[in-house]
Amino acid sequence: MRRRWANAAAIFCTCEGIAAVADGADKTPLSFQDMILTLHNYWSARGCAILQPYDMRVGAGTFHPATTLRSLGPEPWNVAYVQPSRRPTDGRYGENPNRLQHYYQYQVILKPSPADLQEQYLGSLAAIGIDPLLHDIRFVEDDWESPTLGAWGLGWEVWCDGMEVTQFTYFQQMGGFDCKPVAGELTYGLERLAMYIQNVDNVYDLRFSDAVGDVAAVSYGDVFLENERQFSKWNFEVADTDTLFAGFKAAEAECQRAIAANVPLAAYDQAIEASHLFNLLQARGVISVQERANYMARVRDLAKGSCKAWIDSQSERWTAKYPGWTL
Amino acid sequence: MTDFLLELRSEEIPARMQAGARAELEKLFRAQLSAAGLETGELTIWSTPRRLTLIARDLPEATAAVSEELKGPRSSAPPQALEGFLRKTGLTQDQLEERDGVYFAVIDKPGRATSRVLTDTIAHIVRHMPWPKSMRWGKESASSESLRWVRPLSGIVAIFGEELVPCKIGGIEAGFATRGHRFHCPGEITIGSASDYAEKLRACHVIVDHEERQAIIRDGAAKAAADAGLTLVDDEGLVIENAGLTEWPAPLLGRFDEAFLEVPPEVIQLTARVNQKYFVVNGADGKLANGFVCTANIDAVDGGAEIVAGNRKVLAARLSDARFFWEQDQKKTLAQHAEKLANITFHEKLGTVADKVERVAKLAEWLASEGIVPNCDPALARQAAELAKADLVTEMVGEFPELQGLMGGYYARAEGLPDAVADAIRDHYKPVGQGDDVPTAPVTVAVALADKLDTLFGFFREDMFPTGSKDPFALRRAGISSLRLILQNGLKLSTDAAATQWLGQVDPTAPLSETQIAERKILTTIPDFLTERLAVQLRETGVSADVVQASREWNSRDDTRLDRTEARARDLQAFLATEDGTNLLAGYKRAANILKQAGEVSGTAAATPPTEADGALLAALDAAEPAASAAVAEERFTDAMAALASLRAPIDAFFDGVMVNDPDEAVRAYRLGLLSRFTGAVHGVADFSKIEG
Repeated sequence: MRRRWANAAAIFCTCEGIAAVADGADKTPLSFQDMILTLHNYWSARGCAILQPYDMRVGAGTFHPATTLRSLGPEPWNVAYVQPSRRPTDGRYGENPNRLQHYYQYQVILKPSPADLQEQYLGSLAAIGIDPLLHDIRFVEDDWESPTLGAWGLGWEVWCDGMEVTQFTYFQQMGGFDCKPVAGELTYGLERLAMYIQNVDNVYDLRFSDAVGDVAAVSYGDVFLENERQFSKWNFEVADTDTLFAGFKAAEAECQRAIAANVPLAAYDQAIEASHLFNLLQARGVISVQERANYMARVRDLAKGSCKAWIDSQSERWTAKYPGWTL
Repeated sequence: MTDFLLELRSEEIPARMQAGARAELEKLFRAQLSAAGLETGELTIWSTPRRLTLIARDLPEATAAVSEELKGPRSSAPPQALEGFLRKTGLTQDQLEERDGVYFAVIDKPGRATSRVLTDTIAHIVRHMPWPKSMRWGKESASSESLRWVRPLSGIVAIFGEELVPCKIGGIEAGFATRGHRFHCPGEITIGSASDYAEKLRACHVIVDHEERQAIIRDGAAKAAADAGLTLVDDEGLVIENAGLTEWPAPLLGRFDEAFLEVPPEVIQLTARVNQKYFVVNGADGKLANGFVCTANIDAVDGGAEIVAGNRKVLAARLSDARFFWEQDQKKTLAQHAEKLANITFHEKLGTVADKVERVAKLAEWLASEGIVPNCDPALARQAAELAKADLVTEMVGEFPELQGLMGGYYARAEGLPDAVADAIRDHYKPVGQGDDVPTAPVTVAVALADKLDTLFGFFREDMFPTGSKDPFALRRAGISSLRLILQNGLKLSTDAAATQWLGQVDPTAPLSETQIAERKILTTIPDFLTERLAVQLRETGVSADVVQASREWNSRDDTRLDRTEARARDLQAFLATEDGTNLLAGYKRAANILKQAGEVSGTAAATPPTEADGALLAALDAAEPAASAAVAEERFTDAMAALASLRAPIDAFFDGVMVNDPDEAVRAYRLGLLSRFTGAVHGVADFSKIEG
């Protein structure tokens, strides 16, 4: 094959810079909810099913069965959703401008990971108002591992002017099983991103929604400040530890029963429950360093068991639909 | 002769893996070409976050044709042997040559086009690149055999001269097209050959040469600081890391709130460096100033103002956390923090960190009260040792483990403890590496040495010795650090005495027999271990291992004082380099040989020197023996060597002038007696029998 480009003497760049942010930068930055709506529209236009949050208490968007269980097996799976996430130990009684025990993650799963996943992701940043020729966007090594899910992947934390705004991961294993094919996972920290876009220093000052006519704008603090106060107190001081311990045991037993009964989706719910109760027990400070590893191993066993049961329940269908696919 | 260009473009390669990847790429490429019979001359290897590039200059168009001769069976061998050989070579019998009754096959291999070799080489490199961690991706990853790379591999450019080197690996086909900077020039650009590659990419905002990017960052960061009247704190590690994170680096100076400067400068530097990869700057007074330099990856349309503002905000949040830890930690005294050490296991067989602290305190106190560490107040040594590990449970050290010691020093000073104690807490991990300073302040020396010896004694007592390349508890380093503390401070410490003292203070409840066994083990293994370390250290200064061994044994017993062994070894090595030394060693070897062959001496020695030469040696010994032993007792080893040197002429004259094995038994016995005295005098200074040559 002959080279296609013969004029070696003329060295100049003919390509254009990345398309600037639509509509210019002087527009008022998006409110928190408009940012979510923009992301929904963006990913919907790229073929994602827009799911709703999972109706259980979880520590991260990854726990949603739409990520955990659906990242296993050969079937294509493209979804996006917001997941309220609870991290009891991160509570600060509403007094720290950067830390919350309840916050939102925006989660996108694309399986198999498309070749232009990075470009699609950068397009989503432009859509919510981040101009990559004005702001320094960087992909900085960050390998992801979830000991409680028996999962790991390689990727980056995405920096915007030095701030981590997204976790970008290519799942390699989930529940101890190889992801075949690999799913790409994007986890946006919505509050951080919004604080950046709106240029506010305190999360409670975020514009949640805009004023419309007589209806005043709502701030993040209007919606969540009191929640942070009350839940921080409950997480750290009030929650009854005996009940939590008993709940952990009950969830563990029920998970095993559900696995035995071949209802892995129900089993996985109990794994999530046990994981969150463990987090609460940690916040109450009643789990010693030695016990901690033991509890994490128990949660991992539940998650792995649920994943295995899910694979077992589906693999006949998978192999029929995708001949040649093996675990 | 033709140049070859290979670019392997991928999603962002971790900065820390790029140098290794360049080295592996070169190794694989050279090995593959060499296996194909191609010489590789000069190679240029570059990396950016998104590409690995190799340019090989002046490759031939094809490999040389080779003719290979294979030896076959003898012509007299059974026909099956010949058939087998023909099958193997693919020849017929009339194509074989027969020489001296043996068949030979001559196989001509024509030259192979270099381009074909390169096609195979690229596939081999992509399949065998040893990344520290690699991954699968995309729809191909549904199969177990899918390609692995450090991050998704997105394109290959492979051009030999101006021709494409065709290759397709895991769904990726080599071509002429690559991409420029992710944001400035995201479109495709077409490369013509190795010669226009770097310039075309430069035009598209990509500097492919990592060293050039490093220079831009190094110089640009220094200039950004200087323009603001500040001085950059050099950090080559950060230069390299930032060059591995950017294709178009742009260093930018920012400021942070001056109020954060109340936090120790090391904390600010570490926060900026580890979490944000920023450089820090000093003011005109040489102290840390409220500035930082970040390295952006774009020519921002506003000159970088937004980028600096964003980074400043992130740094402020980080520094607020650091200040919070700094304030929080000081709400308790170090003694209060230290209480928590009882909850941390040091090693399952060696108890908690609190247990270790108590052992170290006792040993440090002993080193001080015995005067082994001179001018050291035992009470201060104990106090410093008791608090030395307290910062391990502080918030700050939890966040930044590398600040251990340093933070304890700050907190100790803040609560008004004596400087000697604060310094000892700060520096007691020293010396950490080969280039690190060795402490000299007495309290610091006592705590630092006690800490390391406790680690050595503890693990040796439990039979956990370093073996081969396995040294999980860094005992060799503890050994070398102990040695350096002892030698540089001239500590007259007997390792025996220290081990005995240490054993006396641990585990008095252990059954006696076990204690005795453990004791014996430590007492024999520790001096050997430390002397080995000493030999390793001294080798670099030209003192050989046999000389160290010779200096260690003294009057037929081990000298457990490492400082003395070291001094003796240095002087002995210097002495052996002189003419006197060489000849004395020769004389000693001869004497020792004669004595060995003589076995039991029979007969009574003559009462007076039989000849003048005997008399001269006797007189020399009479003079040298007391001079040498006095010098050794006072540890003046140069003088001791000089005393030995005085024996050289008489012993040479003795061997020249007399026959030791005289037929007269009494004369022979006399002379053997003289030689025995001579070797004894030498042994009084060092064990010359250990010296080789």
